[in-house]
Amino acid sequence: MKMIIKMREMSDNQKGVIRKVSASGDMGRRIREMGLVPNTPIQIQGRAPLKDPVAVKIMDFTLTLRNNEAGGILVEVEAPEPQ
Amino acid sequence: MKEKITIALAGNPNSGKSTVFNAITGARQHIANYPGVTVEKKYGNVTHKGYGIEVVDLPGTYSLTAYSLEEIVARDFLVNEKPDLVVDIVDASNLDRNLYLAVQLKELGVPMIIALNMMDVAESRGIIVDHQLLSTLFQVPVVPMVARSKQGIRECLDKVIEVAKNGQEWLPAVISYGNDIDQSLDEIEAIIKRSQAFNTRYPSRWRALKCLEGDRQILDLLKRDPGLGQRIEEVCQATSKHMVDTFDEEPESVIAGHRYGYIAGITRKALKRKVELRLNLSDKIDKVLTNRIIGPLLMIAILYAIYVFTFSASEAPIQVLEVFFEFLKDIVSSIIPAGNLRSLIVSGIIDGVGGVLGFVPLIMFMFLAIAIMEDSGYMARVAYMLDRVLRWFGLHGNSVMALIVSGGISGGCAVPGVMATRTLRDPRERITTLLVVPFMNCGAKLPVYAMLIGAFFSKDKARIMFLLTLFSWGFALLAAKIIRSTVLRGPKTPFVMELPPYRMPTLKGLLIHTWERTWYYIRKAGTVILGLSIILWAMMTFPGLSKEQERFFENERIRATKSLLTSPKVKEWIPDGESLMELNGLYDSYTRASSKEEAEVLTGLEDSPLLPLIKTAFLLKKGEELEKEIQSDDLEAAARYLLFRDEMTGLGDRERQAALKRTIAGWIGQRLETVTRPLGFDYRVNIALVGGFAAKEVVVSTLGTAYSIGEVDPERSSSLSQRLRKDPSWNPLKAFTLIIFTMLYVPCFVTLISIRKESSWGWAGFSIGFNLVAAFLVALIIRHAGMALGLGTS
Repeated sequence: MKMIIKMREMSDNQKGVIRKVSASGDMGRRIREMGLVPNTPIQIQGRAPLKDPVAVKIMDFTLTLRNNEAGGILVEVEAPEPQ
Repeated sequence: MKEKITIALAGNPNSGKSTVFNAITGARQHIANYPGVTVEKKYGNVTHKGYGIEVVDLPGTYSLTAYSLEEIVARDFLVNEKPDLVVDIVDASNLDRNLYLAVQLKELGVPMIIALNMMDVAESRGIIVDHQLLSTLFQVPVVPMVARSKQGIRECLDKVIEVAKNGQEWLPAVISYGNDIDQSLDEIEAIIKRSQAFNTRYPSRWRALKCLEGDRQILDLLKRDPGLGQRIEEVCQATSKHMVDTFDEEPESVIAGHRYGYIAGITRKALKRKVELRLNLSDKIDKVLTNRIIGPLLMIAILYAIYVFTFSASEAPIQVLEVFFEFLKDIVSSIIPAGNLRSLIVSGIIDGVGGVLGFVPLIMFMFLAIAIMEDSGYMARVAYMLDRVLRWFGLHGNSVMALIVSGGISGGCAVPGVMATRTLRDPRERITTLLVVPFMNCGAKLPVYAMLIGAFFSKDKARIMFLLTLFSWGFALLAAKIIRSTVLRGPKTPFVMELPPYRMPTLKGLLIHTWERTWYYIRKAGTVILGLSIILWAMMTFPGLSKEQERFFENERIRATKSLLTSPKVKEWIPDGESLMELNGLYDSYTRASSKEEAEVLTGLEDSPLLPLIKTAFLLKKGEELEKEIQSDDLEAAARYLLFRDEMTGLGDRERQAALKRTIAGWIGQRLETVTRPLGFDYRVNIALVGGFAAKEVVVSTLGTAYSIGEVDPERSSSLSQRLRKDPSWNPLKAFTLIIFTMLYVPCFVTLISIRKESSWGWAGFSIGFNLVAAFLVALIIRHAGMALGLGTS
């Protein structure tokens, strides 16, 4: 089962594929230039000591962005197995 | 065919661009700023196969939009200077993201070749790039490279000459962004082409594309033709509406998506992965270094280690410089007779220049430490871990380095701190940081604290020092918050940042980075500071004593001398003024000698008939037991001589005090009393504070002069401490108020010049005003709160 969640809701080490990036303006441009565009696979690598920013593995590098910046990014992930 | 070729190096940050630049140009490189901005422009020359090649290192960018100053600078250079070709440094281990810039360069149409760098890193991660296939698909010459070991540099230069020889024209590539965008592009391009109002340096399709991407710089340019600008804007809005309605995406989002799609189409063929995405070494290191618990602890340890390294490593060279300047002063003093000229050269010029050069070792080691942090990739991790905390104060994760170096751990220096703000990319965050670093407890403030703490808080030394450290951090962060929510209000800059893979820095790279920044400081700061220190010297010297005062002190000296010489017991030893001068000289060299044995072998002393008198006076002065055979007559002579010396010293001190009061600084200090009275500062404190503008430790020595206890060595200020403790107008509250005021009031002028260098005169001026007001208000609050609590009555 696939489901779509916000990037900030992803847990550490979780994998997914970006489906939509709704940030606009400078912020949005920056995010897209760095490769956060639809259909790109990502993996959460970790979070800073205060749980923000978040580090994301994308393509062949690691990108950091703040939780509120990651909010507008929707990611398709594997739904957890029902227990 | 040209003999002279100009190439520009473009590339993402962390693509190894500076390594390539260093490998090509070696030490033959220069550094300047792009006109009007603080972005560094590096260029160098190399001769290859008989061709002179000028290499310009463009700032590292991810893109060519108008997102950052660096990007604007880079593309303006390409468009306006028209280099013969661009060498785009592409990190083979991170190909997709790096090609994003390459696509934009292609669209701009500038002749280019791709230097496919870090082939070794890619290989070690199981990534194989077929550079020939990449070249065919991307339609750009590709040279594989490992810049760290200089592989491919020669081949790259060969290719540069080959391409430049053909004199390639600019050829903007056309990439499809889907039917809807392509149609709008055609439409806008047609409008732009029809108009004659614009220079044709920018390719028109590229400009059309920038319009759809919402690029403010290009849109503003086009708006200069009102009719045209409006029509373009209409097309843009219509396209935007259409895209949002049908695809729920902004045009710029679609454009970025297509670019990455285009890149993916190429890399799918030209790049083979032996293994799927897995944790590489760098990721594994990050599991430890950015771990939620261990990470911050290690970071504190590393930052502390850097701090200790910077200051302990620079200690010895600083001392060498100090000794050298002392030696220089001695030479000047021995050549030039006492007077204004000697004072100008010694106190104005040598102290001023020495002040600047004295910082050089510190700055060098600090830049070395920063270069190691940056080149290794750790700096980005520090920013990542601290961002959440510093963001609240309107600062950036990278600000912490500047704050620590400036005195976040007591004893730093704001000059390298201000220069460390270069690692901050956003101008608002950078300026805020450099405005608050002067609040930290730098090494020059410590003698002031030590003197006042010694006088009034000698029991709580450690506690007060710790309190002051906390206070300066608290105040700097608070000030940052205030500045960021008033004069530098603005959105927090996005923290979309790459965590570059850890890399071992190369020695050559470190040395080049360190040296070029240090040299830049020496060259630029030196001239201005020399001028300012002469002005400040003049302020503390002129006009000086009035004629009557001079005559008064002269007469007092004559009177004291006469009364000594007329005393019968003394007469036996020193019959006239000449022998008195001889005695003074001998006594001075005797006391200066570290041990008595050494003193006696000093030339002229050994067989001087005055030796017994000198010895007696010296023992008497020190309160030591006298030799038995000394006669009471000689004892009286010695005692009288000592009294005379004290009187003369006192006269000298009073003279300096009177002279200081009658200088421009003294005048200012007295005028300022109306302002500083609420803080409890009199003109003597004010003069000291004016002097402290040169360097904070001057506060101690000037206060000494103002309290007429002679020149006070900042390192040994206990006599001043005692004097202040006894003074009824001083009390712990006043001392604490002065400590806080000294901590906050103005950046010393070396710092000020550095602030100007990193921003503008405007901000340097603001820094003075803001700090003065802040210091005044905080000191006022402390004094009145203290008085309300019943403190400060001594």
